[in-house]
Amino acid sequence: MRNEKFVTALRWGATPVLLVVLFGLWELGVKTMNVSELILPAPTRIFQSLFKALGTAQTWHDAQVTTTEAVVGFLIALVFGVVTGVVLGKVPLIEISLRPLIVASQVVPKVALIPLFVIWFGFGMSSKIIIAALMGFFPIMLNVQLGVRSVDPGQRDVMRSLNATRWQTFRHLELKSTLPYVFAGMEVGIVFSIIGAIVGEYLGGSEGLGYGIVTTLNQMDAPALFAVIILLSTLGLILYFLVNVAKRLSIPWHESVYSQKNVG
Amino acid sequence: MTPSVTSTIPATTAAASHRVPPVAKLEIKGVSKDFTTARGTTRALSDINLSIGEQEFVSLIGRSGCGKTTALRIMAGLITPTAGEITIGGKSLWSGSSIDSSVISQLGIVFQDSNLFPWYDVLDNISLPLRLRGVAKGKRHEKAEELAELVGLKGFEKSYPRELSGGMRQRVAIARALSCNPELLLMDEPFGALDALTRERMNLELQRISLATKATVVFVTHDIAEAVFLGDRVVHLTPRPGRIQNITTVGMPRPRSIAAQTDPEFVRIVGELRVALDAEE
Repeated sequence: MRNEKFVTALRWGATPVLLVVLFGLWELGVKTMNVSELILPAPTRIFQSLFKALGTAQTWHDAQVTTTEAVVGFLIALVFGVVTGVVLGKVPLIEISLRPLIVASQVVPKVALIPLFVIWFGFGMSSKIIIAALMGFFPIMLNVQLGVRSVDPGQRDVMRSLNATRWQTFRHLELKSTLPYVFAGMEVGIVFSIIGAIVGEYLGGSEGLGYGIVTTLNQMDAPALFAVIILLSTLGLILYFLVNVAKRLSIPWHESVYSQKNVG
Repeated sequence: MTPSVTSTIPATTAAASHRVPPVAKLEIKGVSKDFTTARGTTRALSDINLSIGEQEFVSLIGRSGCGKTTALRIMAGLITPTAGEITIGGKSLWSGSSIDSSVISQLGIVFQDSNLFPWYDVLDNISLPLRLRGVAKGKRHEKAEELAELVGLKGFEKSYPRELSGGMRQRVAIARALSCNPELLLMDEPFGALDALTRERMNLELQRISLATKATVVFVTHDIAEAVFLGDRVVHLTPRPGRIQNITTVGMPRPRSIAAQTDPEFVRIVGELRVALDAEE
């Protein structure tokens, strides 16, 4: 029983404690060693800047823009990733003919293509949405493809021996056993989509938190730059958390969910 | 390696311990199976002939690789024989290259692994076959509850497979196989992965269940004592290619108790089979 309490305490308490310790050491180091604010601002300065930023409408507008780009891009990636993954997983002939292209398109650093998308789709949100979709697409597609192929042959035998129709086999077996792979792809995909949206804003944006990084940098305002980084991290955490909650609700029976619930 | 008693023994003279109707439940006629790979063709089964009576319990025994699983999968309609015919309840399993679904629906199959669906709880796993047949939820759960009790899983209806031990999972698999009231139960080393004590208990349970449901059973195993303890007859398969070496009738009435394992008849048959299996290379 004591062990269980200890694990619960660790789960909820460890991160805040570690953060406080980290920020404390940081503040102490910066103050005692007299580090220039331009190189490393003290946490107190950063949070000051952050609260100031949170009071302006511009910050909330930027956050909204980046969130929209990342989420819409991710949803497009999800739809296309699942459909392509299923097709490639189910139809080996298509997969064989497309494999070299798929490998090539993965190896190409997609970030290098961002200026192109900016030229084609402009400086507005649409180019960032497309970049976010492209970044999120590959991990989802690859995981779904793997999932479709990983259906247990023994469980397939059960469905065959029960004379199940194609639809029944899909509904009771293939769909359920592929879902964990879809969520594994989604967890990576949402992070990639956020990166895509931010880098898109760096390179060709006029609004959004990624653009905020560029402007604070140009103003040499290091505390504000750190504040934007904190906002972006928070955004990333929230979106990842939402995907994780969706996973817990959809596949409570799966090891990745079950074992998380039952550590210790 | 001379086939001593051959497969021509009619089912009616077997299982003298209880009444066997003249009509065979399962008839295997001249079944052979070749597997073709890049390196050539291997004959897995050669000219298998076997007739199994209504409510009979037949054990299929042999060393690993002798084709006993292949034979069972052919009976289950999971693989097509290269030659020969299977009839179940007087109807042919295959009509051309397509399977007769009315014949398949009389079967219940238990595999080596429980092959449960981890996303369904015990009740939903047991009642999956009924669900596929469109039986309403209330009705199929009612049946599943009955079966859970029959296989000794009362109180675990809402558990998920991962929360169960290996023996309990296999009980669920048996209950699932029974859910459509199969007339023929095909079992492929269902207790192979269990420890000896659990296995012995499961054998007693299986005996009780098979008698209670009046099902005909074909039971594949590599355990001699298990084969003799459960079977009305024990079919011995030899490998490369798999063929029937011998069929032994176990002249002891079922149900048998654990004590039956010290019965001179039991000891004699087990001894003979052990010698026969050891004689293989």
